[in-house]
Amino acid sequence: MNYVALKMLFGDRAKYLMLLCGLTFAVMLIVQQGSIFWGLMMWSQANISNLNVPIWVTDPGIAQVDEVKPIASTAVDRVRSVDGVEWAVPLYRGLLRARLANGEYHQITLTGLESATLIGRPAEVLEGRFEDILQPDAVALDQWAVERMGGPTVVTVGTIFELNDKLARVVAIAKTQKSFTNVPVVYTTYERAIRYVPRERRTLSYVLAKARDGVPVADVIQRIRAETGLGAFTEEDFGFKTIMWVLKNTGIGINFGTTILLGFIVGMAIAGQTFYLFTIENLKQFGALKAMGASTFTLARMILLQAFTVGLTGYGVGVGLATAFGFLTARGGNLPFAETWQLLLLVLVALLTICLVSASVSILKLVRLEPAIVFR
Amino acid sequence: MNDDSQPAAVRARSVVKSFGSEDTQVTVLKGIDLDIYLGELLLLVGESGGGKTTLLSAIAGILDIDDGQIDVLGVPLSNLPSSKRTRFRGQTMGFIYQQFNLLPALTAAENVAVPLLIQKIGRAEALRRARVMLNRVGLGDRMEFLPKNLSGGQQQRVAIARALVNEPRLLICDEPTAALDGPNGQKIMKLLREVGRAPDRCVIVVTHDSRIFHFGDRMANLTDGRIVNIEHIPQEGTA
Ligand SMILES: Nc1ncnc2c1ncn2[C@@H]1O[C@H](COP(=O)(O)OP(=O)(O)O)[C@@H](O)[C@H]1O
Ligand SMILES: [Mg+2]
Repeated sequence: MNYVALKMLFGDRAKYLMLLCGLTFAVMLIVQQGSIFWGLMMWSQANISNLNVPIWVTDPGIAQVDEVKPIASTAVDRVRSVDGVEWAVPLYRGLLRARLANGEYHQITLTGLESATLIGRPAEVLEGRFEDILQPDAVALDQWAVERMGGPTVVTVGTIFELNDKLARVVAIAKTQKSFTNVPVVYTTYERAIRYVPRERRTLSYVLAKARDGVPVADVIQRIRAETGLGAFTEEDFGFKTIMWVLKNTGIGINFGTTILLGFIVGMAIAGQTFYLFTIENLKQFGALKAMGASTFTLARMILLQAFTVGLTGYGVGVGLATAFGFLTARGGNLPFAETWQLLLLVLVALLTICLVSASVSILKLVRLEPAIVFR
Repeated sequence: MNDDSQPAAVRARSVVKSFGSEDTQVTVLKGIDLDIYLGELLLLVGESGGGKTTLLSAIAGILDIDDGQIDVLGVPLSNLPSSKRTRFRGQTMGFIYQQFNLLPALTAAENVAVPLLIQKIGRAEALRRARVMLNRVGLGDRMEFLPKNLSGGQQQRVAIARALVNEPRLLICDEPTAALDGPNGQKIMKLLREVGRAPDRCVIVVTHDSRIFHFGDRMANLTDGRIVNIEHIPQEGTA
């Protein structure tokens, strides 16, 4: 009877396509909105993920990565002395104004990396050599800085600009993940960074560290907290903390959350509704089968098969379309779009649940169905 | 045909059935007594809304009765649990409706195969037997047609093939000619008599079309909720 069920499903091409369209649209809507949302969240913690280091140490009251709370410069040595720490390096991060040769001012994030290791440097360099920032006055930019400051005709390798009246010469352009605030990033060494900025009592923004291989990161983090009194987080936890802060404080959580939730509800309602209508329209056919001796169990299996077939097809097409959308619009990293397997799994589970629910409602109708309707 | 020594294929006694509840209640069947025998084609006639379809549904076990007893082939249907009744129906009964009720997505052959598929017979074998049956109803050249590409008369012939494909002992037809024009109605009844009627089968045909009365062996008249009259229909030639 599986054969009959599938033929019933595919037989009425117009009805099947409508059903498929409803499900596809629902899936596409949710995956697309969800991916954009998650893409935005990835942007909001880009200033963590771009550095790609396992442990971040800073003031224990820190709320998110862009809110720098300077700590005493002795913190680097104190973290290094914690048992299980393989290395620990200082990181400077602060907002500064850059003055271009054309007289324009731009706010930038100055990032100072430890000169000996350059730990925290971007993984991919588009132009120049990143190591050249060790030369006098040399800095590196990320590609968003180039874009924000007027494009490659204004800023490129060799361009000279001023940071706090001190010269800075661009030697490399690195590729990074776009950040939420999209403030251009200027890389230099830690030592030079603190010479660019006005004198402050405390200049150390973060200590970046790594646990020795084989030592559980959680243990090391516990020890750093206990022995230094500072806050220590894994890259993931700090990213998550930042995301939560953004969600709570920017309205993105509420706005986007509502959009996604509505998209989800509307999409799933469409999906459930269309499938339910499909079975209702076929009720007389099922009644005829029941009169011919098909058991309720057999009919239920047929409906479930139909539901899951159309559900999975709609899922596949919907995810495909959403992915194509993401690929086309977000190719250069210009638009936020992060399609994660967690999202895909969630949508799959939700869709199958909806299919199951609407199939169950139809089956219930079928159980109550008087096969006598076939005589009407 | 109704040799009294032969046990009845369908034996209905004091069958009562009402619809609705309390003050809106209508009693449609008010005590039906009826015997139908193997080998005969029984016509069930009566005014529209008189309860003919209700009685058929009760005999088929797809409608629960309020009182009385219905035995089909010696099995007390009304005492059977619903799942057993469904299986019994699939194995012993075939149905023909006024509205054909073919599955629109299936070809003629596939439609005819459905009762066999329900009985868990393999698809190839089911289709083979369906084709044999379609040949017998004269649709050998329309096997792969969808219902929408068949005329009303042809669709009803597919329905007849479907009703007969698992060799039912009981063939239940509710106004099988009502959706057809006169000549086509005659053809369908002729076919029902020639292919449907068999020594070990009883055929029940509900109708109010007097032009087809002569195809029956007996005619039972259902009026005011009771069988008021059963008459033998004289057959021209040998029946
Ligand atoms: N499921 C039902 N619910 C309520 N009333 C019904 C139902 N089925 C039939 N009836 C009523 O029972 C009466 C007999 O119907 P039916 O058996 O279809 O008559 P016939 O087939 O002789 O035209 C009608 O008045 C009809 O309205
Ligand atoms: Mg009727």
